[in-house]
Amino acid sequence: MTDFGDRVSNAVRDDHLHIAIDRATAALRGRRQTALDSLPDFEDVRDFGRAVKLETIAHLDEHLVRFEENLTANGIQVHWAEDGEQANRIVLDIAKRHKARRVVKAKSMATEEIHLNAALEEAGLEVLETDLGEYIAQLAGHAPSHIILPILHMTREDVGQVMHDRLGVAYTDDPQEMAKTARTTLRQQFIEADLGITGANFGVVDEGAICLVSNEGNIRLTTSLPKVHVAVMGIEKLVPSLDELEKLLRLLARSATGQKLTSYTSLIRGPRRSPDEEGPEEVHVILLDNGRSQVLAGDQAEILGCIRCGACLNACPVYQQIGGHAYGDTYPGPIGSIFTPGIRGLKSSYELPQASSLCGACRDICPVRLDIPRMLLSLRRESRAVAPMGWTWRVGMKGFAFFATHPRLHRWVRNVGRFFLRRMADDGWLRTGLGPLGAWTKERDFAVPAKRSLTEEWRARKRKSS
Amino acid sequence: MTAGGTRVQLFPTCLVDEIRPEIGWAVVRVLEAAGLEVELPEGLVCCGQPAYNAGFHPEAQRVLLHVLAILDRTEGWIVIPSGSCADMLIHQSHELLREDAEGLALAHRVSARCREFSAFLDEDLGWRGDGLPRREASVAYHPSCHLSRGLGVTEPPKRLLESLRGVESMPVEGQEDCCGFGGLFSVKQADISAAMMNRKLDAVEASGADTLASCDLGCLMHLGGGLHRRQSKLRVCHLAELLAERLPDDEAADG
Repeated sequence: MTDFGDRVSNAVRDDHLHIAIDRATAALRGRRQTALDSLPDFEDVRDFGRAVKLETIAHLDEHLVRFEENLTANGIQVHWAEDGEQANRIVLDIAKRHKARRVVKAKSMATEEIHLNAALEEAGLEVLETDLGEYIAQLAGHAPSHIILPILHMTREDVGQVMHDRLGVAYTDDPQEMAKTARTTLRQQFIEADLGITGANFGVVDEGAICLVSNEGNIRLTTSLPKVHVAVMGIEKLVPSLDELEKLLRLLARSATGQKLTSYTSLIRGPRRSPDEEGPEEVHVILLDNGRSQVLAGDQAEILGCIRCGACLNACPVYQQIGGHAYGDTYPGPIGSIFTPGIRGLKSSYELPQASSLCGACRDICPVRLDIPRMLLSLRRESRAVAPMGWTWRVGMKGFAFFATHPRLHRWVRNVGRFFLRRMADDGWLRTGLGPLGAWTKERDFAVPAKRSLTEEWRARKRKSS
Repeated sequence: MTAGGTRVQLFPTCLVDEIRPEIGWAVVRVLEAAGLEVELPEGLVCCGQPAYNAGFHPEAQRVLLHVLAILDRTEGWIVIPSGSCADMLIHQSHELLREDAEGLALAHRVSARCREFSAFLDEDLGWRGDGLPRREASVAYHPSCHLSRGLGVTEPPKRLLESLRGVESMPVEGQEDCCGFGGLFSVKQADISAAMMNRKLDAVEASGADTLASCDLGCLMHLGGGLHRRQSKLRVCHLAELLAERLPDDEAADG
């Protein structure tokens, strides 16, 4: 069995994980519905959001050039990173130049994707995650398991235990108390930090600005208290102007956390300018490619329209069963099953597109209507070239195509198959079997073919009546 | 009603044809009782979806084109007692054949005549069962994903069920959630598939229904196989069977 298979079979048997997932996703789904009811033209806004994102990625090159010009004009220093290694090196160079020792970070999937924390820590820097969920994940030594709620895999009680173990505070599972403890610890660190690192929810081309949202205010502190702010953003996260941004923010908040808007929305337009008394002296934006331009050229380019709301995770029945960690990379859930092969290559992630029943719940819930099942199918086709596939599958599919297009011959092999299946069956059911039948009968019985097919019976009746 | 008067073609689907032909006969009886003449085109095996979903697109194209060519030579509506196969013929065929102009034109021609069974009955025929004899059943309806999300057919099966006298619809927790069948997914990712199935079966059993009905035999084989393993007494059937068994002279027609 592969690593993925191992992770899956552990996860589906992990009752504790299911309690955590069920609690959180049920709450998120409920809140999303309530928030949708407050936006009567939601369906129109979705169409608008989809059109904006698809148009932007279709002309991404032009938008990026203008974005860079406008950022630079605002005094923001722009860097281009082809891959994660280069992005990490740019951050390290900036840190070194400022002799930074302490780094505070706001939640960012892009920096998770490039394993920035590990690179910083290896270079001797102290890194502190300031998003409450990420902070707990860091304390527990866990990777995030959800795009919006990094510790969705933990119950409230788990969190209390981690804080007790790692911070030496008295055990409590009261969310208010736990948040208070975290806030006290984090406040001091903000003041002492030399470098603030964030991602970016959107890059606003016309404004030369990046937009960040949060509910805890930690992003404001991360981007204003340290002397230097570095934002790492994927090149696909652009919107043309504030008009589009405003609509996309409404989609994002409703889909992600079921809010009309997040508590804080920051628009960063550059470093401190006199007579400002606050704000960083330097702002850097690192534009991260890391496989995205290749995705753009392929059959799944649509995935670059994703606004990272995580709604598809909450809706996905597979995610419900296996949780985020089983996906084995930064981006879990339906979106991850497309994005991960895009940024890491299909060779190491060909199993992800297979882990879907193609039920379409993700497509239905996606605020920008990404056709995720279509892209999964497209990746399944592409994975044939790179995935180790047993000869039985290849021969089986060739045989299927041959017999399904040769009805007379099909009848003959069908008769043979049916004969044996019915011989082995007990009262019309099989309880065990080999190969695919073995997989089927692990937890369910198999109904064997009828004695006479509809087509056979039809012919017989026709003969009789004529 | 357009597309060829009273004549309709039955695309039985490979599963109904081979595993549970009774469903096909139930469809025939219901359609005939509605005054239609049902034909079964020769040479239909499968719509190609298993190969398509497994990533074997050239193989799927070959199978699909074979089916489309046969159906193209027939007349009238093509009725399909499966949301999944209907979605394949109506929508996915276009994506699968998008680079084959001739095949795509064929797909458009045929798919315009394709109807999923419950949608055809409800929307095209305006079928209602309130004139049929009363027969008690408490039914948990499973909306299969390709039917409800793929084709957008959510209300017709419910309306048909609700029109039957003596039938009580039982709400199921997480009713819209996928049952975990997913074609080859059920054997390729058997662990996940079974976990999804067990959640669905727990909900169905807790609903208090005595019958589980759906418009897709794939889901029903999977859920029915799980129920059989659990030694459950629940009856598992296609919506067409619930309708057909209430028709007068059912026994005679079954002859």
